[in-house]
Amino acid sequence: MRSLRAYIITRTLLTIPMLFVLVTLVFLVLRIMPGDPVEALIRPGAPREYIEQIRHSLGLDKPIPEQYLDYLGRLLSLEVWIAPADQEVTPVVEVLLPPGEPRLAFRFAPPVFFQFLLLPEDPRLGLGIWPGRPLSHNSYLIQFPTPGTPAESLPLQVGFVDMGTSISPVRGRPVAWDIAEKFPATLELAICSIIVTMLVGVSSGAYSAHKRRSVADYTFRIYSIAIWAMPVFWLGLMLQLILGVGLNLLPVYGRIDTGLDPERITGLYLVDSLVTLNLPSFMDALKHLILPSLTLGLYLSGIFTRLTRANMLGTLQQDFIIAARARGIPERVVVYKHALKNAFIPILTMIGLQFAALLAGAVLTETTFSWPGMGSFVVERIGYRDFASIQGAVVFFAFLVASVSLIVDIIYARLDPRIRY
Amino acid sequence: MELEQTAEKAPPPPGLAGRLVAWWMRGVKWYGAEWYITIAGAIILLFILFITLAAPVLAPYDPVVEAGPTFEPPGPTYLMGTDNLGRDVFSRVLHGSRVVLPLAFISALFALFIGLPVGLISGFAGGKTDRVLSLIMDSVYSFPGLLLAIAMVAVMGPQSQKVIKSTAAGMGIEISGDALVVLSAAMSIAVAIAIVYVPTYFRMVRGQVLSVKEELYVEAARSLGARSWTILWQYIFPNVIPSIVVVFSLNVADAILTEAGLSFLGLGLPPPTPDWGVDLNRGKAFLPQGRWWMITFPGLMIVFVTLGFSMLGEGLNEILNPRLTEK
Repeated sequence: MRSLRAYIITRTLLTIPMLFVLVTLVFLVLRIMPGDPVEALIRPGAPREYIEQIRHSLGLDKPIPEQYLDYLGRLLSLEVWIAPADQEVTPVVEVLLPPGEPRLAFRFAPPVFFQFLLLPEDPRLGLGIWPGRPLSHNSYLIQFPTPGTPAESLPLQVGFVDMGTSISPVRGRPVAWDIAEKFPATLELAICSIIVTMLVGVSSGAYSAHKRRSVADYTFRIYSIAIWAMPVFWLGLMLQLILGVGLNLLPVYGRIDTGLDPERITGLYLVDSLVTLNLPSFMDALKHLILPSLTLGLYLSGIFTRLTRANMLGTLQQDFIIAARARGIPERVVVYKHALKNAFIPILTMIGLQFAALLAGAVLTETTFSWPGMGSFVVERIGYRDFASIQGAVVFFAFLVASVSLIVDIIYARLDPRIRY
Repeated sequence: MELEQTAEKAPPPPGLAGRLVAWWMRGVKWYGAEWYITIAGAIILLFILFITLAAPVLAPYDPVVEAGPTFEPPGPTYLMGTDNLGRDVFSRVLHGSRVVLPLAFISALFALFIGLPVGLISGFAGGKTDRVLSLIMDSVYSFPGLLLAIAMVAVMGPQSQKVIKSTAAGMGIEISGDALVVLSAAMSIAVAIAIVYVPTYFRMVRGQVLSVKEELYVEAARSLGARSWTILWQYIFPNVIPSIVVVFSLNVADAILTEAGLSFLGLGLPPPTPDWGVDLNRGKAFLPQGRWWMITFPGLMIVFVTLGFSMLGEGLNEILNPRLTEK
C-alpha cells in the first residue's frame, strides 16, 4: 500500500498542470476571442496613434507567444536575492534571455491569496511588513523585517505576484492590490455561507434519513430539488424583500454602516472587530452578514441535504448501528453521533467540489447585496472593460479552486486509507 | 419477489384512456417515486412549451411597449403589475420563454456537438490523447462556470456584432439595428455557456465509453474484424445516448440559470428584450421601495422552468440508469 506522503506529492504535482491549463485558458480566452480589447476600451473614433500607444503600453502589440511568456513569467515569479535591508536590491538568481527577449525572471511569491494579509500601503500591520521599493515593471517588493541582522545574512525577499495593472479608475494600480483589498470580504462571506450550508444541509439530510418516508423526509427532498432550481440572486432578492424591506429586520446593502468599520488587521470584519474589542462594529458587521450568507448558504444546502441523506441511509444499515442499538444507546445518539460521524467524510469532500459553485454564487450574491468583495469587483471591472483586472481575478480564482481541491483531496486521503493513486 | 402471474389478468379498460392508464401504472410499478418526478417534469415542460408557442396569443399586451401606468401593482388589468416603464410584467414573463428557451437549447446543442465527439474519441482512443484531453476538460470543469462565462462574454461582447454582421452578409442577409444587437448578444452568451458545459458532456460520454469498451460484445465484434469506426458507431454510441439525454436536460436547466445570472449582472441581452434575468436586474433597484412584483414573477418563472428540466433530467436518470439499491 502506497504511503500517504506519496499521494500528497503526486496530488500536489498534479495541481501544477491543472493550473497551467487554467491559466493558459484564461490567456487564450482573453486574447484569441474575436475582438480587440483595446478598441473595446477606447471610444470609437479615437485617433489611431492613441490606440497604438495604449496597445503598446499594455504590451499587446507583441506577438502572442511573447505575450504568453510574459504573462506566465509575471504570474509565476521566483527571485532570490541577497539584499541587506537598506541597500539597493541586487538580483542574484535571474534567468535572463538576451535583452529585448521576454524575461522569465525567477522570483518566488507566496501563494497569491495569502497576500491579502500584506497590504504594502499600511505600515501598521502587525506582522511588521512595510512598503518596499518598486523594482522594475509594476512589481513591488516587500521586505521582511530583519532588525539587527548583519548584512551577510540572506533574508528571503518576496515580491507581489504581478498580475498587471488595472486600467481605471485609478490608472496604474496593481491588480494584486485590488485583489488583496477585496478578497477578505469574499472570504468572510464564503466562510459564513459554508457554516449555514453545513448546518442546514447536514441536519436536514440527517433528519430526512432518520425519519424516512415521513412528511419531513419528502419535504426536505423537495426542498433540495427546488432550492437548486432557484437562481441564487433571486433567492437573495426574495430574502431582501421579506426580511429586509417587508419586515425591516435586517440591512440589505453593504458590509457595514459607514464609520463603523473596524481597524484593518486581517480584513475580516468579524475577526478584526473582536480582536480590537469593538463591539458595535461586531454587531453591525454581523447584522450585515446575515442575509448574504443565508442566501448563499441556503442555495448550496440542497446538494448537501441530498448527499447527507444518501450517505446516512447507507450508514444506518451497517452492522455497528444495529450493535449500538442492541447495546441500548438512545436512538438520537445512535443517529446523530455515530452514524453521522461516519457519513461525514464524503460531505467534507463535497465542500471542496462545491467550492467552485460557491465562488460563482458569491459573485451573484455580492452583486445582489452590494457586498464589496471579489465578485462585485469582477463585475465592476467588466463595466470598465478592464481586462487586466478580470484576468487577474479569474487567475486568482483558479488558484483558489485548485488549492482548495488539493487540500480537500489530501484530507480525504488522510481519512480514508483506501484512496491512493 | 413476486413472480408475474401467468394466469390472465383482467384486461385493461378499452380504448385510448385504458392504454394510458396501463402505461402509467406500469411506470409507477417499475420506477417508483422517480416516475412521478419524471412525469411531473414532463408535464411542466409541456406547459412551458405551450406558453412559448402561444405567448403572442396569450399575452394581453406587447412586452416591449408601454402598456399602462408605471409601477402598477398586480391587479385585474395587469395580472402581474407593470414595471418601471409601464410594461406589463405578465406579458414580459410569457414572452420571456420565447427568448430564454431557444437560447438555452442552442447553447446546450453547441456543447453537445463539441463534447460528444471529443468524449467518444477520448474514451475510445485512450492513451495519451485521453490523458491530455481529460486534463484540459477537468481543469475547465473544476473552474466556476459562471466566472468563465462572464469573462468570455465580457470579451466577446463588443465585437460579436461585427462577427454576426459579416457572417450574415456572407450569407446574403442584411441585419442591422436592434436585431443585430440582440442577435450578437445572444450568440456570445450561447457560445460562452456552451464552452462552460462541454466538459460535462465530455466526462459523461467518456465514462460511458470506457465502461462499454470492455463489454464482451465489443470484443467479439473486434475479433470478427469490425473496424473501429463501426464499433464506435454501432455499439458504443447507442449506449451513450441515454446519458446524453439526461445531461442535456440538466444542461438546459443550468443554462437557463446561467443566462439569467449573466443578464442579472448586466452582461446578457439588451434591455428591451423580454428576458427574465434582465427583468430581475432592472427590478432590483426598486426593491427597497417595496415594488415586489417586478422581481417575484420573473424569478418564479425561472424556478418553474428550471424545475421542469431538472426534474425531467433527474427522473430520466433514474429510469435510464437505474441504481441497483435505492433505499
